[in-house]
Amino acid sequence: MAEIRNYTMNFGPQHPAAHGVLRLVLELNGEVVQRADPHIGLLHRATEKLAESKPFNQSIGYMDRLDYVSMMCNEHAYVMTIEKLLGITVPVRAQYIRVMFDEITRILNHLMWIGAHGLDIGAMTIFLYAFREREDLMDVYEAVSGARMHATYYRPGGVYRDLPELMPQYQASKWHTQAEVNKLNENRQGSLLDFLDDFTQRFDTYVDEYETLLTENRIWKQRTVDIGIITPERAIALGFTGPMLRGSGVEWDLRKKQPYEVYDKMDFDIPVGVNGDCYDRYLVRMEEMRQSNRIIKQCIRWLRDNPGSVMLEDHKLTPPSREHMKEDMESLIHHFKLFTEGYSVPEGQAYAAVEHPKGEFGTYIISEGANKPYRLKIRAPGFVHLSALHEMVEGHMLADVVAVIGTQDIVFGEVDR
Amino acid sequence: MGGMTRFFKSLFLVELLKGMRLTGRYLFSKKITVQYPEEKTPQSHRFRGKHALRRYANGEERCIACKLCEAVCPALAITIESEQRDDGSRRTTRYDIDLSKCIFCGFCEESCPVDSIVETREYEYHGETREDLLMTKEKLLAMGDKYEEEIAADRAKDAIYR
Repeated sequence: MAEIRNYTMNFGPQHPAAHGVLRLVLELNGEVVQRADPHIGLLHRATEKLAESKPFNQSIGYMDRLDYVSMMCNEHAYVMTIEKLLGITVPVRAQYIRVMFDEITRILNHLMWIGAHGLDIGAMTIFLYAFREREDLMDVYEAVSGARMHATYYRPGGVYRDLPELMPQYQASKWHTQAEVNKLNENRQGSLLDFLDDFTQRFDTYVDEYETLLTENRIWKQRTVDIGIITPERAIALGFTGPMLRGSGVEWDLRKKQPYEVYDKMDFDIPVGVNGDCYDRYLVRMEEMRQSNRIIKQCIRWLRDNPGSVMLEDHKLTPPSREHMKEDMESLIHHFKLFTEGYSVPEGQAYAAVEHPKGEFGTYIISEGANKPYRLKIRAPGFVHLSALHEMVEGHMLADVVAVIGTQDIVFGEVDR
Repeated sequence: MGGMTRFFKSLFLVELLKGMRLTGRYLFSKKITVQYPEEKTPQSHRFRGKHALRRYANGEERCIACKLCEAVCPALAITIESEQRDDGSRRTTRYDIDLSKCIFCGFCEESCPVDSIVETREYEYHGETREDLLMTKEKLLAMGDKYEEEIAADRAKDAIYR
């Protein structure tokens, strides 16, 4: 009789459905997964160690590059930890801007997720539609910070610059006449808030479109319903956060349970799933997009009526305006001190976390009173979720591994750090 | 939903047809495609692209070699050497930006007290060797001369925010 044994194979690191550089060692019995062993570290860039060698502000740009599809949320956790150590409160307008951009980031992340997840398990159209909306939000990112992805926009003490009054516009070309371009530019006539307002009006119908394509679709349901079930108890025990936890029916959201910035003034709901399978997590994320849209609308309304400073006026921490810097000796000294040496943070340790699109993203800083952290620890939700991959895929078919990786919304920037 | 309705909805592929109707509508609606090299997407005046060194209107280079940008650069991409010029002013003899290290955070521009180093809107560049991606002082000044009008206009637009 022939000897039968399990087949071990590598899934990734160059597999297009592995969402980056995941190397998964799978032990297969026929097509059934017996063991899934994720090997990580291929995108390790030593962000934590790098941060120990430079002044606090200089690491902000590296936070963008952790979870590179939800950039500003990473920055938010980092600057919040520093603010906690410094014991400062940022101006209210900056808080609203941060909340608004956190929610824009959440939509960006979920759009990226639905696109990639759909593409992985056979829904191609959704990818193109999701990226169409991402384009608008990327323009918002660019208009406010100058970069479409790696914004470096949040600073301890506020945000770098106020929202611009102008939106960039399309130019006529041999492909599009002036009349066509004018039509494209219709929502770009006003300020960034006007543009965003127009987007929020349209966005709910877009989410409806995604749901028309997927929610009832039989192929989609066959690929996601009852795949990767996690019970609420296990989800908590495994340390899940974000949509992964809410998909299992646990109503846990830092924005409600531990409100930071101005989330306590926002009116929004927390969607939860019932069965804890891929389909429920899909529904939770779709609803989260609608809720984020609601929060953005509220922020726009407030930001329109309340102009003001977006940066703390304490020039031991934040640079003075350029005008002052050029005219006033004291300001020039502050400017030079801040950009060479940075600021010193009192001795102590702090942990601050935000409700990142993927879960609880937190940073823990130990300060020895110097201008750089003694130690920075990043709590990345993706790492925790990935470590439960074996439990989620055990007993499923090989093709379901892709669905589970998709539903976990893994991004290797944050897993490997 | 009753068993019968579900049966017929499933039999007649209702949800698939709904999806097809949606994609069909987009098939015949106006395309949003941007024909890239010939036309481009809107670009913000805050855009952070390839760097440039600016000059004053009289042709004198702005950079005074204070090395703030070198100090603030998180990626250590900037290298500066300076010397006193014959007329007694302090100027750089070497100003290199390694574009393969740069993370385009914009801190150099933020820190520059004389608005010398700036990030332009130029984003379409490439290099076939490492040297091509090393912006020397000459290359940076040439960038500045090429885009001075645009740079000045963008800074003027953004002056109230900074």
